[in-house]
Amino acid sequence: MHEQTEGANHIRFESSAVGSMRFRDIVAFATGAAIAHRLRAGLTALGIGIGVAAVVLLTSIGEGLHQFVLTEFTQFGTNLIAVTPGKMETFGAPMGGAFGTVRPLSLDDAEALTRVSGVKATVPMVQGNAAVKGGGRQRRTSVYGVGSNFPDVFSFGVASGEFLPPDDPRTPRALAVLGRTLRDELFGLANPLGARIRIGGDRYRVIGIMESKGNMLGVDLDDAVYIPAARSLALFNRESLFEIDVLYDEAASVDEVKAGIHRLMMARHGGEDFTLTAQEQMLDVLGSILNVVTFAVGALGGISLLVGGVGIFTIMTIAVRERMSEIGLLGAVGAQRKQIQWLFLGESVVLAGLGGLLGLVIGGGGIELLGLLMPALPVTLSLQYVLFAEGIAILIGLVAGVLPAINAARLDPLEALRAE
Amino acid sequence: MKASRPARQLYVISSTESLSDRAIAETSKPIIELKGLRREFQVGDELVHALNGIDLQITAGEYVSIMGPSGSGKSTLLYILGLLDVPTAGGYRLAGVNTAQMNDDERASARQRDIGFIFQSFHLVPRMSAAENVELPMTLAGVAPDERRERVKQALEGVALADRAGHRPDQLSGGQRQRVAIARAIVTQPKVLLADEPTGNLDTASGDEVLHIMEALNQQGLTLIVVTHDPDVGERAGRHIGLHDGDVASDRVTGAGE
Ligand SMILES: Nc1ncnc2c1ncn2[C@@H]1O[C@H](COP(=O)(O)OP(=O)(O)OP(=O)(O)O)[C@@H](O)[C@H]1O
Ligand SMILES: [Mg+2]
Repeated sequence: MHEQTEGANHIRFESSAVGSMRFRDIVAFATGAAIAHRLRAGLTALGIGIGVAAVVLLTSIGEGLHQFVLTEFTQFGTNLIAVTPGKMETFGAPMGGAFGTVRPLSLDDAEALTRVSGVKATVPMVQGNAAVKGGGRQRRTSVYGVGSNFPDVFSFGVASGEFLPPDDPRTPRALAVLGRTLRDELFGLANPLGARIRIGGDRYRVIGIMESKGNMLGVDLDDAVYIPAARSLALFNRESLFEIDVLYDEAASVDEVKAGIHRLMMARHGGEDFTLTAQEQMLDVLGSILNVVTFAVGALGGISLLVGGVGIFTIMTIAVRERMSEIGLLGAVGAQRKQIQWLFLGESVVLAGLGGLLGLVIGGGGIELLGLLMPALPVTLSLQYVLFAEGIAILIGLVAGVLPAINAARLDPLEALRAE
Repeated sequence: MKASRPARQLYVISSTESLSDRAIAETSKPIIELKGLRREFQVGDELVHALNGIDLQITAGEYVSIMGPSGSGKSTLLYILGLLDVPTAGGYRLAGVNTAQMNDDERASARQRDIGFIFQSFHLVPRMSAAENVELPMTLAGVAPDERRERVKQALEGVALADRAGHRPDQLSGGQRQRVAIARAIVTQPKVLLADEPTGNLDTASGDEVLHIMEALNQQGLTLIVVTHDPDVGERAGRHIGLHDGDVASDRVTGAGE
């Protein structure tokens, strides 16, 4: 209140300051101005809305893809280290040739590796394609030469019968375990346990059926047959294993286990002619690549947000020009420059905020639609993104509105009044 | 001319309601004091002397008309009085306060408290209803919404437009628009009402109504200063100031408007 307060009905100003307009009144003023130009305001907001929708949709898809890929790659467990023949730079080509010979990765190596501290089990692995005959039919399928520890190491068990027994790795019996698809193709509904099949030239007895793993990145994991590694080496006429997979204790440190494996392999091979790849570290790399992808597509959507911001800037610049006499009047009835600035800034924030909401509706709808079209992809609209998108929209409104608002506040009220 | 209409009764704002106590208490004190007031404009190479050293005192509650040929400085003087323009030289005291030291914000707050403006072209905000236009100065001042509503109602009743509160300017006649502008000017209970050609855009009848309202407010103690071309309008005041080339050429009190 100012000076004379004796008059009971004298007007009461908010505190003694003038620039104390209520927040709600600023919003009402800004909204009123936007409503007065419905179409224009709507289109401007739509510009931001499309940007927000693009960011929300693209980042959600990126994030969904990320989760999808990670679940695919972790379904066999994460405490795995693969030993492969040949020295490979982190992601480069195999070296070796230049540095003497590459000694083959042997079944003895696989056995020796079980003695490394922290290692729980190892599985030798030889993979190839071959024709499998059985149940009166024939099918070309993936043949995995593995060890008896395979189900433990890859957390991938049998559905019926049993897995390959722990025979002497050098002279295993001719036993085979079928994948679900191969079983269906060869035997249909008949029980294949105990049946004889031929792989290449050799005869095998079926002792188990693996549980179904479905597809991974388009490959049918169930279209396979599992036989002892030594027999697979002979079948494909190979000297070296494809790889040895090492399962280590969760409590052990990857780096220590890796160092142990490294020492042992160096001792056995007399040189570094092998490569160690930890699943965990691979997942880290994969994860960061996918994060970059998510960020990149998000940035792509950000470009349309930028365009929306330019739209707001343009409209606000026009609004200031058009409403000169209104600005002059605000000054004449006592608005301070800062207040005029806030009023116009409020207007661009209201436009952007509306656009943000519009974008969330469009983006949310898009995500719903995507969920219906591609149920496998785990795309969800997280609250975090919603708040982030709305926050970004409002920030854009502030940034785009600052210059027009400053220009409005800079006008001399008297000149603004005369401009008509 | 239908000057004999009993319009006056219609617009009298009951004296218990506003202004009067304060304004009457201040009567006979000078509300406006000008000393050697000059205003020059640099236009290209030329220096235009819009006001050439004006000395003037206006007492609280006076009804003053300012007349003079086009370009004589009437509007310039009025805007300086209303703190929308600043003099190049000279002193201006408003209600005893020296305005020379005021910065932008202080002038804005003095306009908000002490000055009401009426323009020839009304200057209503087109998207706002009559009530919202009247409310605007209080909204800017951060007055509580309840009090605003009450004051808007009173002010619109005072200009006989209570039934048009929800109408936008484009739904009102010129005379009605100017009455809304008056309601807006007085709703903050200013000390001085400044009008630049308030009837310039109106026909005689609605111009007359507008003048009646302002005169009724003056009778309650509000200082009223009207710039006009129209001798009929000018003659209604109690004091007549004639400007010529930026100088006070005549200053005549007839007392008719007290
Ligand atoms: N912003 C300005 N820039 C330059 N010259 C100005 C400006 N404002 C007023 N003037 C000059 O000052 C003088 C007085 O102008 P003012 O508007 O006060 O006249 P007026 O008496 O109101 O005239 P009218 O009756 O036509 O409204 C004129 O010569 C005008 O050209
Ligand atoms: Mg003029």
